[in-house]
Amino acid sequence: MAEKTYLQAISDGLRQEMRQDKRVFVIGEDVGVYGGAFKVTLGFQEEFGPWRVIDAPLSETAIVGGCTGAAIMGMRPVAEMQFSDFISCAWDQLVTVAAKQRWRAGTPVPITVRLPSGGGFSGGPFHSQNPESSFAHIPGLKIVCPATPEDAKGLLITAIQDPNPVLYFEHKHLYRRIKADVPDERYTTPFGQARVHRQGDDITLVTWGAMVWTADEAAQELEGDGVSVEILDLRTLIPWDKKAVLESARKTSKVIVLHEDTHTGGFGGEIAATIAEEAFEDLDAPVRRIAAPDTPVPFSPALEKVFIPQVEDVVAGITELAEY
Amino acid sequence: MAIAREAEPVGSLQEVKEAGLDREDLLGVYRNMLVTRGIEERGHILYKQGKIPGSFYTGRGNEAAAVGVATAMDDVDVGTPLHRDMGVHVTRGVEPWRIFAQYMGRADGPTKGKDGNVHMADSRLGLLAMVSHLPAMLPVAVGCALAFRIREEKRVAVGWFGEGASARGDTHEAMNLAGVRKLPVVFVCDNNQWAYSTPTYLEYATEHVADRAEAYGFEGVVVDGTDVLAVYREARRAIEKARSGGGPTLIECLTLRMEGHAVHDDAFYVPKDMFERWAENDPIERFRNWLREHAELGDEEEDQITSGVKKLLNDALTRAEESPLPDPSTLTDGVFATSEDLDTPHHK
Repeated sequence: MAEKTYLQAISDGLRQEMRQDKRVFVIGEDVGVYGGAFKVTLGFQEEFGPWRVIDAPLSETAIVGGCTGAAIMGMRPVAEMQFSDFISCAWDQLVTVAAKQRWRAGTPVPITVRLPSGGGFSGGPFHSQNPESSFAHIPGLKIVCPATPEDAKGLLITAIQDPNPVLYFEHKHLYRRIKADVPDERYTTPFGQARVHRQGDDITLVTWGAMVWTADEAAQELEGDGVSVEILDLRTLIPWDKKAVLESARKTSKVIVLHEDTHTGGFGGEIAATIAEEAFEDLDAPVRRIAAPDTPVPFSPALEKVFIPQVEDVVAGITELAEY
Repeated sequence: MAIAREAEPVGSLQEVKEAGLDREDLLGVYRNMLVTRGIEERGHILYKQGKIPGSFYTGRGNEAAAVGVATAMDDVDVGTPLHRDMGVHVTRGVEPWRIFAQYMGRADGPTKGKDGNVHMADSRLGLLAMVSHLPAMLPVAVGCALAFRIREEKRVAVGWFGEGASARGDTHEAMNLAGVRKLPVVFVCDNNQWAYSTPTYLEYATEHVADRAEAYGFEGVVVDGTDVLAVYREARRAIEKARSGGGPTLIECLTLRMEGHAVHDDAFYVPKDMFERWAENDPIERFRNWLREHAELGDEEEDQITSGVKKLLNDALTRAEESPLPDPSTLTDGVFATSEDLDTPHHK
């Protein structure tokens, strides 16, 4: 056990998996010599060679399509999108080919696509997005959004060993900001099991990724005011832990869903609708959503602060719901 | 000005033997071409009888191109054939009755009714099922080749595309990556001159699609796609070159789509004299004449082959019609794979 950043935990998990499973290889732009735009694969090419840490041309379609072919041939490819935003260039390969291949043709496609996502540092409209909800709507894809270093490692290993296409959203704003103890040995963290990040009685806050930490700060602030907030970190959106969410909703009777992705069509809507369908009688207030407004991600810090839900937005939301 | 090499036709039986086919193989090729056309002709009838839901596509005119390339592949090789490449499925050994079952949306079709027409493949025979988005399977074929290269296996992937799909970015990305990494992949362009109703001069500005290969750092070759022996020879060369580490080749098989894009399309936009001209080069008739002239195919032997094919297809049709419709409860099966699903030849 050693203290690791979120980024080191991803790197450790990937390295361990490559050491123990020869089928695993990495492909992406600048992942080899340069070690990746965020240095997740720094030193990998020296250890594993140029055919397991492959510098690809600027070709997201060929990268994801190539992974699909290699996976069907028995490999366990891990693709890196330099930024999750660029996955739009490979939409067809993921959604049309990889996601449907098992269902229609009986051929599993065990690929992992790593997606550095999220904003908070003036990346602007094309380097800051959280496109997880777009893919959550596609049957056949699994969606992973770790919030802690321990989960970042365990969920990545699970993703690589999962026999399906897995989108692994690693939040860039957590890379070096969040540190925690991470077990040294190899371990897997199961999909579809939410983590209770904080126990509470008055309000349930369901979230994932970097927003877990925004929620955490808000909950700490409200502790003094006597509002007890339970934070559920979903960890994975597909599959998502409906049972844990409903149980917590029944316990607190008030629920907020928080995400950094935009409001309309965001995954929060799915969670809110499920609670309304299955736990309506247990609610003391309407389920509330806190999300980014329906705009592209802005560049200027003054605008980005308005776009990404801030601690004060979450405090305000919780306070309002507590008073309902 | 053409850049790609324009392949010469194959002359004598001796030349064919040098390319690795004996007389039995040649008769097998002929038989596979007949089965291919027979499946599609019967499929067309089934469609008109209302037994095939959705739409129906044929590859009439492309039999030599498909069978020729597939014959040049080894068992360990893999491929991503498309909707004009029924001959590839037939040559690799997919049983015709399962193809009819697929057409009719029955439980015994390779996709068990989940997908239709030629959107199918038997992975145990080294084939990957196509999608409608063309040429999305080219990057996938390149990925198969990448796996072979990483594992240093002497295997080759064959990726098919049409001249229409050559306009899309997937083609460029796939060929560029394959060229950069010198991967063991052969790109086969079924150039049937019409992308639905769009003629070639509105799809690309070079003389040949294969001219582009030069720009990706590998060889392009144009071959008469109605000449099964020339197709075979060029495909064999390209596949063996790839197998021995020589990198990709782009083979363009020039044919004419002898029917509409799908059966609802009467192809009114194709000039009548174009059809008439290409009908004179019907790939099956052409090969039949060659066999009679160069390989002593006589009436009796020919009758045996044609009646054998007829019986095979009649029996296949009967068996396919006995196949049940899929159980509605199977709709949600297999959206996600389980680890048991990985127990395939490729994943072992």
